[in-house]
Amino acid sequence: MSGVGLDGVTVTYGRRASRRTTAVAPFTDEVAAGEWVGLIGPNGAGKSSLLRAIVGLVEHGGEIGIDGRDVREMSDRERAALIAYVPQQPLIPDDMTAREYALLGRSPYINYFGSESHNDRVVVADVLRRLELEPFADRLLGELSGGERQRVVLARALAQQAPVLLLDEPTSALDIGHQQQALELVAELRRHDELTVVSAMHDLTLAATYTDRLTMLHHGVVVASGVAADVLTAERLGDVYNVCVTVDVETDDATGDTTVIVVPRRGAPAP
Amino acid sequence: MDTARRDRTWLLAGAAFLLFAVVVGASTGPAGPDWWRVPLELVNRLPLVSFDTGVSEAEWKIVWQIRMPRVALGGLVGGMLSIAGASYQGVFRNPLVDPYLLGAAAGAGLGATIALTIGRGVTASWPLDPVPTVAFLFALATVMVTYTVGAAFGGSRSGVTLVLAGVAVVSFATAVQTFILQRNLEVIREVFQWILGRLSGATWADVRLVVPYVVVSSIVLMLHRRHLDVFRVGDEEAATLGVSVGRTRLVIVVAATLGTAAVVSVSGLIGFVGLVVPHVVRLLAGAGHRRLLPLSLMGGAAFLILADVPGRMLTRPAETPIGVVTAFIGAPFFIYLLRTRKVTA
Ligand SMILES: Nc1ncnc2c1ncn2[C@@H]1O[C@H](COP(=O)(O)OP(=O)(O)O)[C@@H](O)[C@H]1O
Ligand SMILES: [Mg+2]
Repeated sequence: MSGVGLDGVTVTYGRRASRRTTAVAPFTDEVAAGEWVGLIGPNGAGKSSLLRAIVGLVEHGGEIGIDGRDVREMSDRERAALIAYVPQQPLIPDDMTAREYALLGRSPYINYFGSESHNDRVVVADVLRRLELEPFADRLLGELSGGERQRVVLARALAQQAPVLLLDEPTSALDIGHQQQALELVAELRRHDELTVVSAMHDLTLAATYTDRLTMLHHGVVVASGVAADVLTAERLGDVYNVCVTVDVETDDATGDTTVIVVPRRGAPAP
Repeated sequence: MDTARRDRTWLLAGAAFLLFAVVVGASTGPAGPDWWRVPLELVNRLPLVSFDTGVSEAEWKIVWQIRMPRVALGGLVGGMLSIAGASYQGVFRNPLVDPYLLGAAAGAGLGATIALTIGRGVTASWPLDPVPTVAFLFALATVMVTYTVGAAFGGSRSGVTLVLAGVAVVSFATAVQTFILQRNLEVIREVFQWILGRLSGATWADVRLVVPYVVVSSIVLMLHRRHLDVFRVGDEEAATLGVSVGRTRLVIVVAATLGTAAVVSVSGLIGFVGLVVPHVVRLLAGAGHRRLLPLSLMGGAAFLILADVPGRMLTRPAETPIGVVTAFIGAPFFIYLLRTRKVTA
């Protein structure tokens, strides 16, 4: 169970000053252990850049710590045992079976010269079963549909059994049923294994439903952060996404739970 | 899991193919005993077995002193080039790459050219032929230059920069070699004979020279089979899975290069083996490196041993260089593979 501390994190691309773009302006947040934070914001807002900084794929300014340990001081292996990451566009080797692919998630636990143990195979079989991927387990990735592949990528990340799970639009290729299934699984794992989850998401209603907290980025800057009902207002969405929506907030009288539903409306606002 | 059993079946099949190639290689050639007596004699020579095969001592000498070193060297060269090719293709995620990519062959060629021209007058009286050693050192040095250039501009994580640096360095080395040759036209024939590759005239001493490199290199590469599988998801994702991409790639490239440089310096530049054999293995047994590496080693060894057979039978007095034979078989076959569009890394 690990929290993620982000202190003044910046991500800048381009070495030459003339071409420099700031993808993430100083970003400070404390993701509590076991919390699920949703990153939202339009394309190019900096969601992916922030996730990539946490997992060490881009250089960052400021400090990122897992349970107070600076990620820069970790070896690749140590970091991989702490942070599992599902990229927005994973590179899928066509001629690898789903099971072999999911087994790659066990790499951080295998000795340099070792090979997968029985336990590694059990973990992978379990994850594949929970994602209902058993029928595809021994098929080649090149022969799966986009959605099936996306679930296999999720399976690899879950097989990694890291306390922190970073998901970059993990359900963008899934139908509504499998979206729910994948997110339910993450939710269940989070409860069961006390995972800390940070996910970039495009479906605002799903983001509101599954996460504890939303952080909205726009041009690399945090424009709002908090519970979904506060962050997702029709006016703010109109400003940031340039859309016309209505937002319904339903409160369950018995439990006090709120559900936020974002509904697009006809008639785009003038640019 | 029955994957383990299938792995074993494939390995057995590979070993059987290799054994077949060795027997064929030992049994064929001008002069020597009837071909069918040789396998019997090979069995006869095993400990605890003894029967009369009708092979005379003199005939056995032809088999053991002339054919067998050639078979052994062919096996070592073919196996090494293939396992190195498979590793290069894996670590650079590029199906069109061969073990000569980073300059091992061009460097060796340049080294041999220099040794055969500039050093000729001096070394004529030496007891040891300096050409292989110089070729070996130049091969290593050239790859080192490529790696330094590639890493300096692309960072150690960029495989693409390394490949491009290889292209540049190879062109440069070839240009220097051409320049030297132009000014020393009298050695062109010798240099080309060297470059085209040969197993003829192989001795047990040649075999002993390359064995340690091939063994060490193959072991190191085999130990990195799992890492090569992780590389298949790309450098970035491999890094998030805990692989130190730059360092692991360096270890694999060094191992593959060391073995390649050693066999190239003894046998010349035998083309297409390191490119085609891994692809054939992939088509047959799948792309996972757990099978790919050992099967490339055995399949490449068998392929080169067999490819050496027509060369010694067909054209006399001048033997067809084995590099020509492998290219003859390899190039059309590779085009066929491309046609079926099943070529992947
Ligand atoms: N490798 C890169 N080089 C230069 N600019 C980049 C790179 N990756 C992303 N950017 C820029 O950084 C900004 C944020 O991108 P990104 O983090 O991918 O946004 P999001 O994931 O929210 O869509 C964008 O303006 C994008 O153009
Ligand atoms: Mg993104």
